[in-house]
Amino acid sequence: MAVVETRALTKVFKEGEVGAVNDVNLQTREGEFLVFLGPSGSGKTTLLRMIAGLEQPTRGEILIGGSVVNHLTPRERRIAMVFQSYALYPHLSVYKNIAFPLKAQGVKKELHRQKVEWAAELLGIERLLDRKPRQLSGGERQRVALARAIVREPTVFLLDEPLSNLDAKLRASAREELELFHKRIGTTTIYVTHDQVEAMAMGDRVMVLHQGYVRQIGTPTEVYDHPSDTFVATFLGSPPMNLLENGEAIVGFRPEHLQPVELVPQAATTFRLRVKNKEYLGAEWILYGIVSGGKFDGRELISRLGSAASHQTDQTYDFGVGEQDLHFFDRQTEKRTGAKVLAWR
Amino acid sequence: MAIGQSQAPTETVGVMAPPPLAEGPRVPWRRTPEGRARLLGISMFAPAVLYITALIGLPLVLAFVYAFTDVKVGSATSHWVGLENFRSILQSPSFRQALLNSFIFTIVSQVLVIVGSTTLSLALKDKFHGRGFVRFLILLPWVAPISLGAIGWKWILDSLYSVINWVLVALHFYKPYSAPMWLGEPVLAMASVILVHTWRLLPFSTVILLAGLTAIPKDIPEAAEVDGAGFWRILFQINIPMMLPIINVAVLFGIIFTFTDMTVVYILTAGGPFDSTQVLPSLAFFTGILAGDLSQGAAISLFLVPILVVVAYLMLRMAHRAEIT
Repeated sequence: MAVVETRALTKVFKEGEVGAVNDVNLQTREGEFLVFLGPSGSGKTTLLRMIAGLEQPTRGEILIGGSVVNHLTPRERRIAMVFQSYALYPHLSVYKNIAFPLKAQGVKKELHRQKVEWAAELLGIERLLDRKPRQLSGGERQRVALARAIVREPTVFLLDEPLSNLDAKLRASAREELELFHKRIGTTTIYVTHDQVEAMAMGDRVMVLHQGYVRQIGTPTEVYDHPSDTFVATFLGSPPMNLLENGEAIVGFRPEHLQPVELVPQAATTFRLRVKNKEYLGAEWILYGIVSGGKFDGRELISRLGSAASHQTDQTYDFGVGEQDLHFFDRQTEKRTGAKVLAWR
Repeated sequence: MAIGQSQAPTETVGVMAPPPLAEGPRVPWRRTPEGRARLLGISMFAPAVLYITALIGLPLVLAFVYAFTDVKVGSATSHWVGLENFRSILQSPSFRQALLNSFIFTIVSQVLVIVGSTTLSLALKDKFHGRGFVRFLILLPWVAPISLGAIGWKWILDSLYSVINWVLVALHFYKPYSAPMWLGEPVLAMASVILVHTWRLLPFSTVILLAGLTAIPKDIPEAAEVDGAGFWRILFQINIPMMLPIINVAVLFGIIFTFTDMTVVYILTAGGPFDSTQVLPSLAFFTGILAGDLSQGAAISLFLVPILVVVAYLMLRMAHRAEIT
């Protein structure tokens, strides 16, 4: 097991252009499940590939287990990686796929069968060992890819969007399996995803990336409840946080905190909303309201209500937000600031 | 394919249309949609059929007929002689030499082509400065007319004016006038012919392999790299096995091109010295056309048929399989 560390890690693909990854400093914890979360093009995969050794950093250092590995090939870094496409070797059977890293790293031949069977059993794919990758379903392929990664007991596990090729139903169960799998093997894992649900559900910590910059690193609760800037605030959470500019500040509150006034006895602020549209999602309602009157007349706000709500479209209702649920950001830097007195009426 | 597609809807119309009524003007068949589609199909198809029949089919049939007769160039009559021609060519040392040479020529040049083109395609796969120019240079031998290319090589390998020898002499490897006679000594002549033919086929094979190589997803060799494989292991256990279907196609095409080709041999050595570079196509040409013994020439060229049929069958099967996967 090992700790991965990066120091001012930067990748610029074309000279003169903005970097794909800029000045990233991070340090995993022993046995941690760290998630890189960001929209496409945020540099999360490039960062992962640099850690794997598939991409040379332009500047900065990568350390694995305390020593700089910049000059080492992927082979020498002793890490395992699961690719988004799984990258199984199509011409080899499942057994040979899983045994490939053992062969490549010169593990004694007598140990191959035992180790392959151990990995296959861990992932419940013993009966697939004789098949070719093309005869497997998406979920099975993913397990083979995991088995191939785990078989040589790597010090660090890198996973690049391993769930994105599965259908929605399979994804939820595969996610849970991955979590259990990580708990069992306890290897430091870095997981790349653009899916905030995956990130929140699986990560011990989440690192939010945007345009190659780290916006925030923290536990799922920290990044959700105390977003460090407006990007994190709106990227996490669906529907996103409501943001309103007020003088030098931006005030934000999550849709689930914008509730009918009768439910918010000590509302710090209230809005009169005309319901423009509503969506029934089974367990909840999503209400799209237009502020009527006041400074924010005409702005759209989103509210998330329990399934018992009975608001009608085109009707007007009063909504409120509690003081503790307000977030404040600086308008210039978009960074989080301390609480401010609301004076917007 | 296009014909079949265009016919399908018109056929259903034909099925659903009511039976022609007795009264009213009768529409000629060729004016019906079905008839038009079929006529269009025939007219599009006809040139290819005519071309193949006249220039390939007919000579092939004639070759079969001639091989069993004693026809000569200019003779008005001919007689059926059965297998006599085959018996006589099998006894001819020239023929046996040419048959052996054909195999040597084909096998050695194909091995060189495949090794060379695999290396080249792997080298040209990754981006580097000037890649486009290098690709252009490598394609040149394929684009240039083979006869011109071969004549160029004839000068390069000439006994008096050879630039290779000039360089070798200048570098003091040889004394003047004792440098190798590239086309004049049996082993060197064969080697020269093989090398020039390899030079000629290399671009074609490289282009085929490049196409196959770019079809391998980048992740797979990368995964192998992360799994701890070095350059050679990735090459021999990942890249080449994955390229195998396309390599097969390249090899089979190459075999056909080589087995049936006589341009390089004809221009460089005309089969000499002492038949040491004679191959079946050139022998068939010299015997049947230049020496006028049409029936013997036909019999020689027919010897290629069984081999080529097997190769063509394999080729079609491979191409089909490569298409599916």
